[in-house]
This record gives sequence, C-alpha cells and structure tokens, in this order.
Amino acid sequence: MAREELGSDQVRRTLRRLAHEIIEQAEALEDLALVGIRTRGVTLAERLADNIEQLGDIRPPVGALDVTLYRDDLDRGGGARVRLQKTALPFSCAGKDIILVDDVLYTGRTVRAALAALVNFGRPRRVRLAVAVDRGGHELPVRADYVGRNLDVRPDERVRVFLEESDGQDAIIVQDSPNFKKFRYSPGEIETRAEAPEESS
Amino acid sequence: MKPEPFQRKDLLSIRDLSPGEILFLLDLTDSFREVNEREIKKVPSLRGKTVVNLFFEPSTRTRTSFEIAGKRLSADVINITASASATKKGETLRDTARNVEAMATDVVVVRHPASGAPTYLAAELGCGVVNAGDGMHEHPTQALLDLYTIREHKKEFAGLNVSIVGDIARSRVARSNIVALRKLGANVMICGPSTMLPAEAESLGAEVTTNVDEAIEWSDVLMALRIQLERGAGTAFPSAREYAATYGITRKRLQGAKRDLLIMHPGPINRGVEMSPDVADGPFSVILEQVEYGVACRMGILYLLSGHRGEESPPDVGGAEEPSAGEKAGERRAKDAVAH
Repeated sequence: MAREELGSDQVRRTLRRLAHEIIEQAEALEDLALVGIRTRGVTLAERLADNIEQLGDIRPPVGALDVTLYRDDLDRGGGARVRLQKTALPFSCAGKDIILVDDVLYTGRTVRAALAALVNFGRPRRVRLAVAVDRGGHELPVRADYVGRNLDVRPDERVRVFLEESDGQDAIIVQDSPNFKKFRYSPGEIETRAEAPEESS
Repeated sequence: MKPEPFQRKDLLSIRDLSPGEILFLLDLTDSFREVNEREIKKVPSLRGKTVVNLFFEPSTRTRTSFEIAGKRLSADVINITASASATKKGETLRDTARNVEAMATDVVVVRHPASGAPTYLAAELGCGVVNAGDGMHEHPTQALLDLYTIREHKKEFAGLNVSIVGDIARSRVARSNIVALRKLGANVMICGPSTMLPAEAESLGAEVTTNVDEAIEWSDVLMALRIQLERGAGTAFPSAREYAATYGITRKRLQGAKRDLLIMHPGPINRGVEMSPDVADGPFSVILEQVEYGVACRMGILYLLSGHRGEESPPDVGGAEEPSAGEKAGERRAKDAVAH
C-alpha cells in the first residue's frame, strides 16, 4: 500500500515557501546557484529556480550532480544497478553560495558524497542543503537547512517524491516495502489522508 | 534494443555479451567521459581497490589506457610485464596469476599471446578478469571503444556499413568488432588479400571482398588494421610495399568514398603501409578520438568489475572442491581484512 502525505497543491506551495526562505537568507542573489542531486533533485532545483525567479527577479543557475562515483557503498552492489549519469555544472562553484537540492534526506550518505563531489568543481563560499522531505534516520551528522516536510516513517517504509516532469504528477508518497521497485505513480493505488493535512504541518 | 545491466565477474569476449549489455557499456562510457573532461580528472570510487595489469605482450596504448583509467578512479594500479616477471624464471601463468590474486587484487587485466588465456584465468581466480587482448581471439575493450566512437558520429548501428581492411584472420580486434557490430545490427564487410581472410567469415555474418575500392565505396565507416608482422603476417603477402600498393588506404583511393566516411585504426599505425599519413591525419580520421574514449570505456569496465563482489554467493559451495573452496574463502577473508 501507499499513502499520500502531500498532494500536488501542497507540493507547489511547499516549493514556493522554500524559495522564499532561500531568498530571505541569501546574502546576494547574484551569487546563488542551485545544484540538484540526480535524478529528482535536479527537477526540484529547476522548480526552485523558477520560483526564485518569480519572487526575486533573478534566476540562479542550476547544475546537476551525479554522486554515484563518490558513494561509499559500491561494494554493496551499487555498481551495476545504479545507472551512472553525467555531472553537469554550467558554472564554477568558486565563491558561489550553493544550495544543494535533493528529494529525500535519509541516511545522509548521498549528501556526504555530494559534498565530496562538489569541492572538485571549485571552492564554494557556502553550501546549504534543501530537501523536499527529511525522514529522519540520519547515519551521519548531516542536517538540512531548508526542509519541505519532516516525516516520521518506519525504517521499512519508503518515501517517494513524485514530480510532474518525470512522473506526471506532483505528490509525496509513503510506500510499504513490498512495492518498492514496481511502484509507479497511479492514483488508484494511493490512499489519500483522511485528516486535514493542515493539522500535521 | 535496450541497455541491460552488465553483472558479470569478468569481461572476456564480446561473443559472451548480449546486445543490451553492449549498449549498457557504451552508455557507461558516455558517463565516464564527463569525468575526463573535468579540470580535476579523478573520482574516489575505487579507492582502496587494486588493479593489476598483467601483460605478456608488448603494449603501450592499451596498458596506459587501463592504467590511466584505474588511476582516475583512485584505484592502485600495478603493471607487470612478462619480460620483467617471474615467467622468465619458469613460473606458470596460473601460478603468476594466483600469486597476484593472493595480494588482494580486485581486478586483473590480462594480455597474453595465447587465445583463451584470460578465460582460463577467470575460472581460476575469484577476482575480476579483463581480457586486454588474447592471441588471435578477442580484444573486447577495443571493440567497445570503437563502437562508442562510431556511435558518437553515426548515432545508430542498424543498417550502417562498416568495413574492416587488413589481416582479418590474425586480428583479435577485427573478430571482436565484427561480432559486436553484427550484434547491434550493422553490416560488416571484410577486405584483404585472400591469405588474410578468415575461413569462418560467413559464420561471422560478414561480407567478403578482396577489392579495397569496392569496400571504400560501400563504407560509412572504414577500419584499417595494422599489418602484424609479429603474428606472421609477412607470410601472407610478398612485401609490405606490395601490400601498401594494393590495400593501403590513400587519399587517392578515398575519392570514391562517401562524404561522411569515418576512418578508424586501432593503432599503432604503420604509416605508409596500411594507411598513408595524409589519411591518418586527415579530416575523415577519428583515430585519436578512439584513444580518448578508450580511457572512459576502461573506467567503466574497471568500475563494474570492482563492484561485483558484494553480490557474490558465499564461498562455501561444493563438497567435492573442499580444499580450493577453503583456499578461496581464506583469500577472501584476507581481502576483507584489507578492505576494512
């Protein structure tokens, strides 16, 4: 089974709020650059950039980071299964105010790998982290500076962030373990929350 | 045809691979190319892994390519060449390889004059084995980098006309390329004097001609092979000059070629024999691109073969092979101790 934690309107409002927070805390909007972690993080970074452009009249550049080669779990079978993609940073990180963007913060290992990758592209002035969901269970001392939603889920559950560009629909879903792999976004399989979502936010 | 994950312990031949696996390896090459274009051309993914280049034949390009590939992935790369190895003192291939593995090696890259030597080692060793050219059999990474280079320029393989000119019968590069190209739907024509054409050309699915002008006119891609005097090519024709006059790719001969012909060569080139210098350095030539993409291709292979161990079944399998299973378990424990 799968249950919906956030619907499409809520996802849109959440991203808008994150954009507001990023603008509010930026020292200079011109130095801001967003770096998404592949795959969903890149889409989220593009969305945040759109929102920042609407609110602040300046669109920060967006880069894409593939952290596969920086992971510490190659021996655990990551090698052949993960499809390696390209890193594409159309700017130098030197002196930039970088916002790293990912969909779900869980163990923190992806973020650690991303930080290791990032320093190869110049020395950023500052790096902060924005995530759509922080699900807890961190295994490294990593925290997010901008969080869309904190979710308290069991270790055997999986949090999925679906986005219109890749999945046809914006939603944040929690799945039970048996469906991890085959699950695609389909409204029929998703149980919408009965209680008003405002209460939990 | 869709890419499908490559999950083998070894890369021994193109013949073993499915078309999907080949496409997977080409896509992986593409991803690693990006690393080679960075200012800092190094990623930490194989830190703590050891790659041994075990070369029983002279090689500059392939060995250097594997060495750079390993180093860009942060692996420790060690080169052993036959002239400086215990082989000179009479050690067998099996013993050399097992000693190398006992030093907690993760991947062994083998070049050997005997066809099948890497396959034999792959069965003997628990670590990953890459065939970097064995006798007259195969040279899979060369075919993969050639295919990647072709795809960069021609996009699709289906219906593409690729000719291979030279000593086909003695060439492992030709064999791997013919098999790979046929698997992906390209048309292959082989061309050379009849003394250099393999008896099994038809079963490989290649058209055959002895007329180089016909091959040039037909081709979208033309690969010229080096005349390998060390493999006895000298017995197949009267003189290198005669071969050059009849089969050498020259600018004059290319007048009948397609406008977007691609000229390839696996190197090293005998300038003025199989190819004239103005063609090798000319506008159709992608010879140096092949070398460039070779590093990315080999990074992909080393990356995959170093990562497979986590999925391996436990070593205690058979009762009949008790001692060797025990040995392997011991070796693996030693490796684990190093890894942690």
